[in-house]
Amino acid sequence: MISQQLIVSGVGGQGILFITRLLAETAIAKGLPVMTSETHGMAQRGGIVISHLKVGAFSSPLVVPGRADGLIALKPENVRLHRHFLHEKGWIAANACAPLPDTGDSSVFVVQANAIALEMKAPRSVNLIVLGRILAEEGRLFCGYDDICLSLERKLAAKPSLLRSSLDALRAGVSGAK
Amino acid sequence: MTERILLQGNEAIARGLIENGCVVATSYPGTPASEVLSSVMAWQDAEGLAMHVEWAVNEKVALEIAYAGSQAGLRTAVAMKQVGLNVASDPLMSAAYLGTTGGFIVVSADDPGPHSSQTEQDSRLLAMLAKIPVLDPDSPAQAREFTGLAFELSEKFQVPVLLRPTTRVCHACQDILPIAVRKLDRKADFRKDPARWAATPKFRYHLHLELNRKLSRIAAHEPTAPRLLNTGAGSSRAVVASGVAAAHAREILASLGLWDELPLYQVLQPYPLHETFIHQVLTSYDEILVLEETAGVIEMQLRDRSRVRGKISGAVPEAGELLPELMEGILADFAGKYVRPLPLPPEEAGRRPTLCPGCPHRASFYAIKKAAPHGIYPSDIGCYTLGINLGGVDTVLCMGAAVSQAAGFYQAYRIAGEPRDVVATIGDSTFFHAGIPPLIDAVSQGARFVLVILDNSTTAMTGNQPTPAAPLPGRVPVPIGQVVEGCGVRFCKTGDPLDLPAFIRLLREAVQFSRDEGVAVVIAKSPCLVDRNRPRTKRPQVMVDASCTGCRVCTSQFECPALVFDEETGKVTVDLLICSGCGVCIDVCPSRAIKKREEK
Repeated sequence: MISQQLIVSGVGGQGILFITRLLAETAIAKGLPVMTSETHGMAQRGGIVISHLKVGAFSSPLVVPGRADGLIALKPENVRLHRHFLHEKGWIAANACAPLPDTGDSSVFVVQANAIALEMKAPRSVNLIVLGRILAEEGRLFCGYDDICLSLERKLAAKPSLLRSSLDALRAGVSGAK
Repeated sequence: MTERILLQGNEAIARGLIENGCVVATSYPGTPASEVLSSVMAWQDAEGLAMHVEWAVNEKVALEIAYAGSQAGLRTAVAMKQVGLNVASDPLMSAAYLGTTGGFIVVSADDPGPHSSQTEQDSRLLAMLAKIPVLDPDSPAQAREFTGLAFELSEKFQVPVLLRPTTRVCHACQDILPIAVRKLDRKADFRKDPARWAATPKFRYHLHLELNRKLSRIAAHEPTAPRLLNTGAGSSRAVVASGVAAAHAREILASLGLWDELPLYQVLQPYPLHETFIHQVLTSYDEILVLEETAGVIEMQLRDRSRVRGKISGAVPEAGELLPELMEGILADFAGKYVRPLPLPPEEAGRRPTLCPGCPHRASFYAIKKAAPHGIYPSDIGCYTLGINLGGVDTVLCMGAAVSQAAGFYQAYRIAGEPRDVVATIGDSTFFHAGIPPLIDAVSQGARFVLVILDNSTTAMTGNQPTPAAPLPGRVPVPIGQVVEGCGVRFCKTGDPLDLPAFIRLLREAVQFSRDEGVAVVIAKSPCLVDRNRPRTKRPQVMVDASCTGCRVCTSQFECPALVFDEETGKVTVDLLICSGCGVCIDVCPSRAIKKREEK
């Protein structure tokens, strides 16, 4: 069975919960068991927010440091904060406008999500742009671009304009890889 | 439903409640328990269920309303966070003696860490104090399963049952297959029995004896007995775990290669611990390691201090969350195995939480500091606790304490005849919850202070639940101003904190009244920006022009996260991703360098 452990990290208000649940729902759609752990409460007011996501046969909702396959960081400084969750071959997808220091042997994929979001006049879509960036790298996530699009369509079926802008943001993240 | 869906632990508890015929559900919001009731409401709507579901004014009231439903024979539940159980402990202790008719579940969510609470207290200790059984689920799926077990337990023994999830259960999500809602078709049927329901102290003694008999039978109740998770493992040592620690332990034993070696028992009902289990583990094993959060509740019932390792023995830390990385070391130690040390997090803590850009509370705190610069600022529980970043919060104790502490500070300084300005802050929901009795007390005792009620028309921190003042269909709104005046307060004025100059003038007037006469209340009325129900107004964002002197008043005194000091230019810039366009900073800037941005 596919097994993947991910950390999604950012600050309150960036939509960490949204993409964590989107990924989890995608796992379910692919017939995979999933567990996540979310941050709620005071931290959601602009503080550090972290989600753990485990796809496969797990019983604990938390990722142990040194075991994560990937880190999705919606703020560049969060890479430094949560890099210790990655194993030696873990990858990093980050919202950053400059190269990231001290990333060890990790493969690093960056995208200037803030600038893209402002240009699209969609300041709340940084989360999907960064998710799009890692989806552009074949085989890194347990699911592919089309799987995520299908999940978005299911999740936002009742909100057509939000669905359209979300799909645009995801696509912009994929294009941001080039 | 035939499809597995992603359910958060609190949603899973809510699903379990309605799947098992719960028809009265009440709560007061508090992290990590808030989503239990909102999920019950969502399913009640979606499936058209005949229920009473309410956000009560506080946890005590919530518990009493749900308990009355149980006295009338219905299945009912109340949900709260652990410190809410302190507020509700009075009726709980008594309800344990009187017992239940319909199944009655008290969900009390603990917050080891703590992540979003004043304390790390273990609700299982309150279950022991009340002498009621408590169930400790390890996951959303098990939390859902335990609602059924809890109702059966409650009805079989006529006792309230505590369901104690922790943050890592409440805020975990998992794929779950929902089952159909069970309709029990019970009607309220309260059987009068004053000797029981209104028992006098003499009969309470007999009820206590009866409760003790119930507890010893519950300690033999088969469906909630501990489970051996790895049958076949054999050793002279065993691990006993409950809650999410049991979920972590399963993965850790497997990854350490100890799954077939070290027996792992999961305790479902930490109190009362099953008597045969206590006897069995103490006779079968030389050493027993207990992993549980947050206190040593199971450990203290395993009556052999020389062979039981845990919190009391010092093998497991007595404070903080039992994270899997911590447990890995403890389990390896116990099994005499070496493990490679895990990577450590960096020393730095990262960005601290702050009031949202455009939050009206920020303007209120700024105005309070201007109106009473040398005042004492008692505050309370909610988003506005973050006023601490602006220097506008000096104390945070518990729900409602801002009002009583303001009175207490006034009285303490009055004794020597050297009064200080005291300006307390409390949120609208917190005021309803526990702020009214202390306000009555303050007025009647002649205290003098300003109370600013931060009225954003919602319970913001926990996900925007309504307050009693909300004009909801089918409900009677209770206006805050009328309550304040009803408490005997003679100065009660409302202002909009986003109109900063006028609001500072209003506060100065209130401070003067408090010096001369008595309690002054200012209602700072402006809606929460995060509240999806608020009216949306498009407001132009701001810009900083070249006249910025880099004095940093806006970033340090006003502390808006959308205003960022640029070290390179020595000036402030605006983060357009998050600026809400409230425009309050225009009045904050001493050199008037912040302007409205012209829309392109």
